[in-house]
Amino acid sequence: MSNIPSELKYTASHEWARLEEDGTVTVGITDHAQGLLGDVVFVELPEVDAEIEAEAEAGVVESVKAASDIYIPISGTVIAVNEDLADKPELINSDPYGAGWMFKIQPLDEEDLNELMDAEGYTEQVVSEEH
Amino acid sequence: MANRTPLYEQHLQANAKMVDFAGWDMPIHYGSQIEEHHKVRQDAGMFDVSHMAAVDIKGEQAQEFLRHVLANDVAKLQQPGKALYGCMLNEQGGIIDDLITYYVAPNYYRLVVNAGTREKDINWLNKQATGFKITITVRTDLAIIAVQGPQARTKATQVFPAPVRSALAILKPFHFLEWDGWLIARTGYTGEDGLEIMLPVTKVAEYWQKFLKAGISPCGLGARDTLRLEAGLNLYGSDMDDTTTPLESNLAWTVALEPANREFIGRTALEKQLQQGVKRSLVGLVLTERGVLRGHQKVVAEGIGEGEITSGTFSPTLGYAIALARVPANIGAQCQVAIRDKLFSVRVIKPPFVRNGKKVFE
Repeated sequence: MSNIPSELKYTASHEWARLEEDGTVTVGITDHAQGLLGDVVFVELPEVDAEIEAEAEAGVVESVKAASDIYIPISGTVIAVNEDLADKPELINSDPYGAGWMFKIQPLDEEDLNELMDAEGYTEQVVSEEH
Repeated sequence: MANRTPLYEQHLQANAKMVDFAGWDMPIHYGSQIEEHHKVRQDAGMFDVSHMAAVDIKGEQAQEFLRHVLANDVAKLQQPGKALYGCMLNEQGGIIDDLITYYVAPNYYRLVVNAGTREKDINWLNKQATGFKITITVRTDLAIIAVQGPQARTKATQVFPAPVRSALAILKPFHFLEWDGWLIARTGYTGEDGLEIMLPVTKVAEYWQKFLKAGISPCGLGARDTLRLEAGLNLYGSDMDDTTTPLESNLAWTVALEPANREFIGRTALEKQLQQGVKRSLVGLVLTERGVLRGHQKVVAEGIGEGEITSGTFSPTLGYAIALARVPANIGAQCQVAIRDKLFSVRVIKPPFVRNGKKVFE
């Protein structure tokens, strides 16, 4: 069973979102998602300052096995991307919730996070996918 | 339920991620496909390929039969102990399967065929056998382990008794030896030195463990695919199938048109194709920009025509994407590939990309 931290919010498309103390939201892909993809070799990230609507495409993760689109969990403006992933895309495999974060957004409305799944809901989804 | 090889329990013990491959439960990786890939390029790895089928062809017309059903000529195998790669074709020249033929003894050959095609191959062989004095036996009593990498022979050899060790030390590429019901061949599918070992199912778990102790890492089908693609070796079902001929699949070298009086199945079709000119060829593509080439992406050669990637991947050895693609035969040195609606420039090369751990194209 993959690691699903209880304090994060999740999407059905396997992104996680974390509300930071400064009101920004950090986004990455879940441990379950990186396990399905296998070794990540390239990451395409959104442009800083891009305004993206919830569920729109925000990037691509390419593993040896497959390419997978990354969707933005909630509407907002991209304020930072993880530059380390250009040279070390494998951080997504080794530390998906930490050093493997993908981008940060300034949400249009923090409340939108409540639309996402909590850890319990996401766990249910993962379990049903694994069986 | 999916088929399982006799090493199924060993895979689970080694934390393999199991996937379905052609109806078989097989390990895709044991943690990291890329690490397994590097192991084989730099040291030694082993693959369970027991899902492939060993098929014995015996009888006074065994050679005659194989000279009829195979596009390569087994008469090239003049001494027992030698192996030959080639294709089995249909009447249209399409590839039914690619396989290795081992010349075991006079009137005795062994074929090793792909897992995904084993039923089709065996049915075809049985159908063609009518009128030939031969027997066809699928050796379900044998398992197959491929041990591959620059250190593979040195490490694997340790587990054998002295006489086998000394025979392995001088075994030449595409030669094999027999020992106590085993067949040990210096062949492989990775572009590295190594051995393919056919051994009794009853012994395979024990020897898998011995190979592990000798420092040989288990590797999954994921690494096997990136290794073979770097080595420019075709995968049946992706890079070639019943609708493509060896001439369109970078395998003209495996078709023996001499002697001219050998009437093998598919010969007429291939001769006609040669006469009319081969319109398509299988080439290598290299993308040095960020992005990964994948099967089924469209290839565009401006002013010439279009083609399709048959298999593509990120090359762990090179650090960028490579692919095999079927394209118009008159393609130039450059073309473009559509990746998610965007065109990327790629170089066209003649495979392989990597051999013996090193980049081999200009």
